[in-house]
Amino acid sequence: MEKSVTNDTDTDTVLVTIDGQETRVPVTFTVLEAARQAGIMIPTLCYLKGINQIGSCRICLVEIENMRGLHPACIHPVNEGMAVKTNTPFIRETRKTILELILSDHPQKCLSCQRNDSCELQALTKQLGLETHPDGDTLPFAGETSDFTLDLASPAIERLADKCIKCRRCVSVCKNIQQIGALGVNERGFNSVIAPAFGRSLDEVECITCGQCINVCPVGALREKDEIANVWQAIADPRKHVVIQVAPSVRATLGEEFGLAPGTPVGKFIPAALRRLGVDKVFDTSFAADLTVMEEGHEFIDRLQNGGNLPMITSCSPGWVKYCEHHYPEFISHLSTAKSPQQMFGALAKTYYAETNGIDPNTIYSVSVMPCTAKKFERQRSDHIYFSETDGDRFDVDAVLTVRELARMIKQAGIDFLRLPEQPFDAPMGMGSKAGVNFGATGGVMEAALRTIYETTSGQSADPIEFLSLRGLEGVREAHVDIPGLGGVDVAVVHGIGNARQLLEKIKSGEADYQFIEIMACPGGCIGGGGQPLVSGPQRMSSDEDYRTMRVHALFAESQDLPLHKSHDNPDIKRIYEQYLEHPLSEKSHHLLHTHYQERPQYAAQKWIPGLTETEDEDFIVVPPWQHEPGMGEPAQPSHPVP
Amino acid sequence: MPYEIDIDPAWGAAIDRIIAAGAPEQGLLNENCLQRSSSLIQILEQTQKEIGYLPENVQAYLANKLHIPLSEIYGVTTFYALFNTEPVGKHTISVCMGTACYVKGAGEIVAEFERRLNIEAGQTTLDGLFTLEPCRCLGACGLAPVLTIGDQVYGRLTPADVPDLIEKYYLPTKGEST
Repeated sequence: MEKSVTNDTDTDTVLVTIDGQETRVPVTFTVLEAARQAGIMIPTLCYLKGINQIGSCRICLVEIENMRGLHPACIHPVNEGMAVKTNTPFIRETRKTILELILSDHPQKCLSCQRNDSCELQALTKQLGLETHPDGDTLPFAGETSDFTLDLASPAIERLADKCIKCRRCVSVCKNIQQIGALGVNERGFNSVIAPAFGRSLDEVECITCGQCINVCPVGALREKDEIANVWQAIADPRKHVVIQVAPSVRATLGEEFGLAPGTPVGKFIPAALRRLGVDKVFDTSFAADLTVMEEGHEFIDRLQNGGNLPMITSCSPGWVKYCEHHYPEFISHLSTAKSPQQMFGALAKTYYAETNGIDPNTIYSVSVMPCTAKKFERQRSDHIYFSETDGDRFDVDAVLTVRELARMIKQAGIDFLRLPEQPFDAPMGMGSKAGVNFGATGGVMEAALRTIYETTSGQSADPIEFLSLRGLEGVREAHVDIPGLGGVDVAVVHGIGNARQLLEKIKSGEADYQFIEIMACPGGCIGGGGQPLVSGPQRMSSDEDYRTMRVHALFAESQDLPLHKSHDNPDIKRIYEQYLEHPLSEKSHHLLHTHYQERPQYAAQKWIPGLTETEDEDFIVVPPWQHEPGMGEPAQPSHPVP
Repeated sequence: MPYEIDIDPAWGAAIDRIIAAGAPEQGLLNENCLQRSSSLIQILEQTQKEIGYLPENVQAYLANKLHIPLSEIYGVTTFYALFNTEPVGKHTISVCMGTACYVKGAGEIVAEFERRLNIEAGQTTLDGLFTLEPCRCLGACGLAPVLTIGDQVYGRLTPADVPDLIEKYYLPTKGEST
């Protein structure tokens, strides 16, 4: 008998026997976690480490000695002397039957599903041996199947309820981690469906399009709005000049789509891959991130010195911005007016780049590769569209591809990604500093902005300050920085909307006070974004280290070797200010690089009351937004009392 | 704030009263989400009693006041047959569709009501008088097939009893209005 012992004398541990192997585990463990420590991977479906632990799918059933029936390992706590069997003929047959019942109301259109090959349900059929079913290729329990309406209205997220297996991972991540609750379980029994209330589309409710629900969906029931076809069409069109920008975090994660372990940097392959897809210019969003640091940093100094609204909160994360507009309209005037790097890049691609290179901006097709689904929403905000009666409406960014979509395009093009040559990005918007690349992880924006603010106001080098307390993955991180010329500045870094909500409530109640806050909608920042490669339940279970931590390592590895440390030292940034924008917060940069925000309803049943509008500053004009904005829904109809 | 929930002020006031009445003893204003959720069903029940049904604006108003996601409230109201999101008639005819009643011909009773009232199961008559609602087991299997109209229970029925039942509730109402 094998025996793996950690610490025999510890009273907080218990000795359990799993499939004949004795193992000592913490008393807080479930049978599933204990089995994992003993090297036994019990199959799971609804379970998702740290997010969903409800024992609803019953795939993880095990036998426990001296207990009747089978028990779900994911929620069953261990106790001293417990003896568990995970692999008996009865368990195998039961799990198979459960899976067959789940499949009896699943479309099984795997060949035309976006999740073909990355589907956890599909993987289970193989793991549990359904392909060797005695009935050949027919599954038992054929019966009525669900026929729900597709929800395709959101600019970012599509919901295909027929494929849903009701594991509730998305409900859990939306309600507990992001603390939004846009998705819930409606109706009961066979009619139950995971959807927003009252059969609304995700586009009509308070969904912030962060895409965390997509990241946890084991099947193809939630997916991003696919924009690949539009991009292929633009590339094939000889009249179009296709420029593409790649967000900082993409270089830390794209490799996962090609079989590499999380935490493998692949930035060096990306420019060549994009050139082989056929795009004309390959630029780096890190350049625009440096520009964001310049504008946002100077905006902060201006607010601090001239009595502007404080705390100032970053606006790079479109999911966070949309959340603020829905849930905390009182903080809208605290959002930095600086556009996100994607939208700064988009605006400059069709102005600065077009003008300096003599290209008609109407022929430029601007694509961005983002770790994010909310960026698909952001590019359609009315502020980022140039409305023209003669040329038609022109988007600053014409298409947003998630990391997953880019990987699909590379595969469709037959490119052997890992054998590509190392190539640089194109000039003049292809060089980012270390600070710009670090935007990809939570804390990156704050660190970059503080360095630039410090050096701009004090004239001293900020290198001795490491701002180390701002790095890491704790939900809320704080620092106090003394900046010569500005005084003491209290800053906070938050990631995940749930954490942001707690912090905002503390600020409202007066419990906390800061001058500058970075908020990222997704846990971990962009490296945990809703457009990143999917990490399945079993993958999350099998690794001790969080995949996001490994991605942060990859991002820092990417930025490690960059010659430029700080945004304001980037020669391309200096050049664009000299040649085009004059200086940060100039009239031109105000026009191109800054934006404004608007309140959005939290419920579809809310209506716009024009008389209640307050305008103090033209940047914060609140306008009725539903005419040309996605994500707003229709104005609510007046209610009718019961007859 | 320029966005307001579009709701009859009288309804809003009624809901405020219900929540306030529940607050001190049930800890509704406690930040503990579990406690708030556990009082939710009582609050919904009282609100429905007051307003008649639970439409979207009422549920949104509750969600906003209770700091519970609307999706969660809607999940509760669609899970329990007790709650209605559409207006219901003055009299709700709940026909038990439990196993015993079903075997004893509850389906035929429902069909007879559908024919006589010219509505389908789940619908309300145009005059707002009757709502026909097949329901889960009423726990009175000895009386199968059984139904309730309001608080009244009627058992051991045949389709031939349906006209009398309708008349019993229809005539007094008609008398009131003339």
